[in-house]
Amino acid sequence: MPAVAPGAIDCDLHPAVPNVKALLPYFDDHWRDMIVQRGVHELDSISYPNNAPMTARPDWKPETGKAGVDLDRLRVEALDGFQTSLAICNCLYGVQLLYTEDMAYAYARAVNDWMAAEWLDKEPRLRASIVIPPQNPVYAAAEIDRLAGDRRFVQVLMLVMDEMPLGRRRYWPIYKAAERHGLPIGIHAGSAYRHPVTPVGWPSYHAEDSAAQAQAFQTTLSSLMTEGVFAEFPELKVVLLESGFAWLPSHMWRLGKFWRGLRMEIPWVDRHPMEIAKDHVRLTINPRDVPPSADAVERLMNHFESDEMLLFSTDYPHWQFDGDDALPEGLSPALAQKICQDNPLATYPRLKETV
Amino acid sequence: MTKHVVAAAADVPPGERLRVDVAGTPVAIFNLNGEYFGLMDRCPHMGGSLCEGRLIGLVESEGPGRYKYSRGGEIVRCPWHGWEFDIRTGKSRFDPQRWKTRAYAFDVAKGEEVVEQAYEAETVDVTVEDEYIIVDI
Repeated sequence: MPAVAPGAIDCDLHPAVPNVKALLPYFDDHWRDMIVQRGVHELDSISYPNNAPMTARPDWKPETGKAGVDLDRLRVEALDGFQTSLAICNCLYGVQLLYTEDMAYAYARAVNDWMAAEWLDKEPRLRASIVIPPQNPVYAAAEIDRLAGDRRFVQVLMLVMDEMPLGRRRYWPIYKAAERHGLPIGIHAGSAYRHPVTPVGWPSYHAEDSAAQAQAFQTTLSSLMTEGVFAEFPELKVVLLESGFAWLPSHMWRLGKFWRGLRMEIPWVDRHPMEIAKDHVRLTINPRDVPPSADAVERLMNHFESDEMLLFSTDYPHWQFDGDDALPEGLSPALAQKICQDNPLATYPRLKETV
Repeated sequence: MTKHVVAAAADVPPGERLRVDVAGTPVAIFNLNGEYFGLMDRCPHMGGSLCEGRLIGLVESEGPGRYKYSRGGEIVRCPWHGWEFDIRTGKSRFDPQRWKTRAYAFDVAKGEEVVEQAYEAETVDVTVEDEYIIVDI
C-alpha cells in the first residue's frame, strides 16, 4: 500500500459534539433556556449510530461515550498519526434533521461557535466547515456571511439527502453566499430523513443504506448540473465527502448520454457533464469503493481523465481502513502527491493562507 | 464536379423534407422557407434517418431558467436518440466541432437549363417548365 507522505491535508474528519450540554454555552440566552425547558434530547442521527462498528475504528474508540470528542486523541491518532499538516473538521450533528427552521439556525450557530472555540482555537492544524440550516436557505446564507470572515472556516457543509435535490433553486442563496466568499460546498453522506434513503423505499439493513449513499450522490450531482448551479455560479466548487468515487465516470457517461438527446430541456448545460465535473466537483478518497488492485485503480484513473479530482481524507474516527492504509493501491507517487496536497490546496484556497 | 438533379422543387414544399439518393448517398432535403438544405441522411451516432426526425427551433440560454428560442423548424432531432442537428450546417448542437453530418448545398434550376446543360437526372423526370433541386458534387 502507498504510504501517506508527511504534510498531507486531511479533507474529512469528524470531531463530535459530546452532548448537548457541551453546546449550551454557545447558545444565546433564549435558546439555552428553551433547550433545557423543552428537554431537547441529543441530535444523534441514525446515519452513524453510536454503537455501529463503522462509527469508530476499534483503536480510535473510547471505553465509553462517543469517538471523536477528545482533542488530544484526535491530535495523536489523526494529525500526528498521518503527519497531516492541515485537517478539515466536518461536524456531523443532527442540525439538518430538525423541522423547525429557527431551532436549526440556533443549533447551527452553536455548533459553529463551539467548533471555533473548542477545536480551532486550540489546535492550529485544524480547519472546519460551516454547519448551516438548509431548512431555510436565507438563514443558511446569513450563517455563511457571519462566519466567512474567520478564515479557518474553509467550506460549507450540507447532507446529500435533504428536503429536495440540492440543485433546486430554493438552495441557491446558499451557493451564492458560498461563491461570494470563495467557500466550496461540502456535501456529506447522510440524510435529513425527509424521504427514504433509497429510491425504492426504506431498507431493512445498514448495508443497504450504506451502499445506497452512492446513488444519492449520483442523483445530487445530476441535479446540480441539470438545474444549472454551475452555470449560475461559475466559481463554485462542490466536494463530495464519504461519497466513494469509482462511480463517477460511469454516472457522468450516463448523464451525458441523456444530455445529448435532451439538451433542449437544459440549454444552459453547454458541455458534457464529465467536463463540468472536472471543473467543479471533487471527491474525498475514503471510504474507497475500488478493489485493492493496482490494475483496477489505474484503469479507473484513466476513466477520470483528470488527476485533480480526488482529495485525501481519513474519515477519522470512522472505520474505513486499518492501520495507515489510507490510500488505494496503484497510485503513482505523483498522483498520491496531488491527492494528498496539491488538490486540497487548489480546492480550498483558504488553506494557503496563514491564519 | 457534376451537377445532379435530385428532385423536383415541387416535391419539397416549405417546411417539408424528402429523402433522395445523390450518387449513391442517402440525402435528406429540407425546405426552410424556400431555401433548400441537405444533410447526409445518416446520424453520425448510430445511423438513424434524420429525414424522419422532428423539427424544432434553436433553444439557447444565457443562464438557468432563461430560454432563448429562435429559428423555428431549423433544427432536426434524430428519431432514434434525439441528437439535434442544425439543418443549415449539419453540425450537432451539443458538440458542433466533433459531431456533425455532411451538409449539402443545393441550387434551383429551371427545367430548360437542366436540359440544355445536360445535368445528371437519372431518377427525376425533367420537364422544361418546372424547377428542380440541383447539387454539384
